[in-house]
Amino acid sequence: MDLVAILGLNVVNGAASLFLLCLGLAIIFGMMRIINLAHGEFVMLGAYAAVIAANAGVNIFVAMLIVAPLFVGLVGIVVERCLIQFLYGRLVDSMLATWGLSLLIIGLVTTIFGNTMQGVPTPLGGFAIGAYRTSYYTLFLLAVAIAMLALVYGVLRYTRFGLIARAVMQNPEMAAVLGVNPARVYMATFALGAAVTGLAGGVLAPVSGITPVMGGAYVAKAFITVVGGGAAIISGTVSASGLFGFVNQLGAYFTTPVYGEVILFVSAIILIRLLPQGISGRFFKGTV
Amino acid sequence: MSASVKLSLQVVAILVACVAVAVMPVAVDLFQLMQFTLFASMAVLALSLGFIWGFGGILCFGQTAFFGLGAYAYAVAAINFGDSTPAILLAIIVPALFALALGYFVFYGRISDVYLGVITLTVTLILFNVFNSMAGDAYKIGTARLGGFNGMPAVPTFNMPFDPSSVLFPEQSWYVTGGALIAIYIGLRLILRSPFGRVAIAVRENETRASLLGYDPRAIKLGVFVLGGAIAGFGGALYVNWGAFVGPTIFSLSLSAEIIIWICIGGLGTLIGPIVGCFIIEYLISQIGSQQSFNSNLVLGAILIVFVLLLPKGLVPTIRLLLEGAGRLATKGRGQAPNAAPDLSAGQPVGAE
Repeated sequence: MDLVAILGLNVVNGAASLFLLCLGLAIIFGMMRIINLAHGEFVMLGAYAAVIAANAGVNIFVAMLIVAPLFVGLVGIVVERCLIQFLYGRLVDSMLATWGLSLLIIGLVTTIFGNTMQGVPTPLGGFAIGAYRTSYYTLFLLAVAIAMLALVYGVLRYTRFGLIARAVMQNPEMAAVLGVNPARVYMATFALGAAVTGLAGGVLAPVSGITPVMGGAYVAKAFITVVGGGAAIISGTVSASGLFGFVNQLGAYFTTPVYGEVILFVSAIILIRLLPQGISGRFFKGTV
Repeated sequence: MSASVKLSLQVVAILVACVAVAVMPVAVDLFQLMQFTLFASMAVLALSLGFIWGFGGILCFGQTAFFGLGAYAYAVAAINFGDSTPAILLAIIVPALFALALGYFVFYGRISDVYLGVITLTVTLILFNVFNSMAGDAYKIGTARLGGFNGMPAVPTFNMPFDPSSVLFPEQSWYVTGGALIAIYIGLRLILRSPFGRVAIAVRENETRASLLGYDPRAIKLGVFVLGGAIAGFGGALYVNWGAFVGPTIFSLSLSAEIIIWICIGGLGTLIGPIVGCFIIEYLISQIGSQQSFNSNLVLGAILIVFVLLLPKGLVPTIRLLLEGAGRLATKGRGQAPNAAPDLSAGQPVGAE
């Protein structure tokens, strides 16, 4: 029974981390059809921002939940103005340019901070379920994931910005005719996606190794989950990260963590083969 | 440029390349010769992706999967047989069969575009994870231990066909690698001139139109993909011959990224472009690595961004356009009509340059 509880907690935790990691990429891909291969480096920048702020004496939660998203959101604005705005509608070129950007960011961070970084301890301590111990931080991650889900859903579904953003996503020309400036909306959307990614990097910083190349571990997983989820941002990402997180954790439990990852990748390939439009293209048409 | 001028230019270029391969061991010292051998083996990999992406329209993010499989197949077979001849054949056959299976799965499922990129990338990650974890005595094929994350050291290098006692010297290895690169280039040129190559380009341009004309785009793409996989696998064998070592990092994301950078910089839709891009970038990386003043990621990233934004066609097509412009000016000066004959020489991508 304890084992089932802890395993369930692990599955939920895996899905929640995957969801947090993917949400920013899904916003940028779903709204703008830009695949941001520098996504992993945005996560890394978020983690660095949180760790540096925390080591400078800022409260760890302020560093994770406010400093990291703000900083990466600003980076997102700069990147959109200097690079992405020239690449709308050029899917392959945007992938190549953001791949170049990811190398550039890795190079910059390595040059400035070196190859390793003093991490921060995981806050909040732990608790026991029967014979097994786990940390409160897993519950905190879950809470952050749910809060982000509600926040992004609320923004896209119920605010004026969300309405305009979805309109621009569906038909930029028509939105422009109605007096909206699509370029500004794209910029804001990209910044939002970057900020959400930075937040993910911030909250994952205490539980991951902080190196300039840490993004590489995330980008492929996030990319696969977003494509597997399909065009609808929230329902697609929730369903895909739930499914893949579940498969990954169970696979890791019954075999080894390495094969858990392999099982995730294999199931992603089968999913894309069966549902080329992603889960949301098949089951949740017309949702956010 | 008329077709005959283009053809004679190509022949001249190939002759120059042959001469360069022949005199290289005399012109440079051994260390540089080894470097060039490495670059040439990677250029074979560049050529394979340049072919399937530029002429088949298949953006494969995981060409290293075939490169690495070829390298591992060569290493395992060479250790078991002690002779490199069957090992080289296996290094071509194993990745080709893998490409056949993967390509059947993908193309006959009508997966294209980004989804194809995701699947090939994922396959590479799977291979990386699997080969990385195959350490210990449990994982061996014949007498060859796969070695997990440590890789397989001391792999026998190339020998004279069917004569394991006479191992090739570095100079001879250079002749084999450089010669193979030129041979593959010529072979791909000939394929592009053949009916199959023309149909492949037609499929890249417009799949629907090609299928309405009675061709099966799925089969054509599969053929191009398998050919690309076989060439990449052979490149893997050449790579192992250079270093006598293969490890799981051959499947890494960064090598996959590098191939795409070579092609972007050299020029998509040409065969010479990927080779040029590969040599330039690899030379640059080795220079940066020996100087320690800049981080190589920083430089590579900046180069890639600049090329995508300012020179999206790549070096070779840009230079070709400049040359054609100059040639047109010259012919105008002599009072001839520019471009009198429609220029449709085979092998050159029609329309999409």
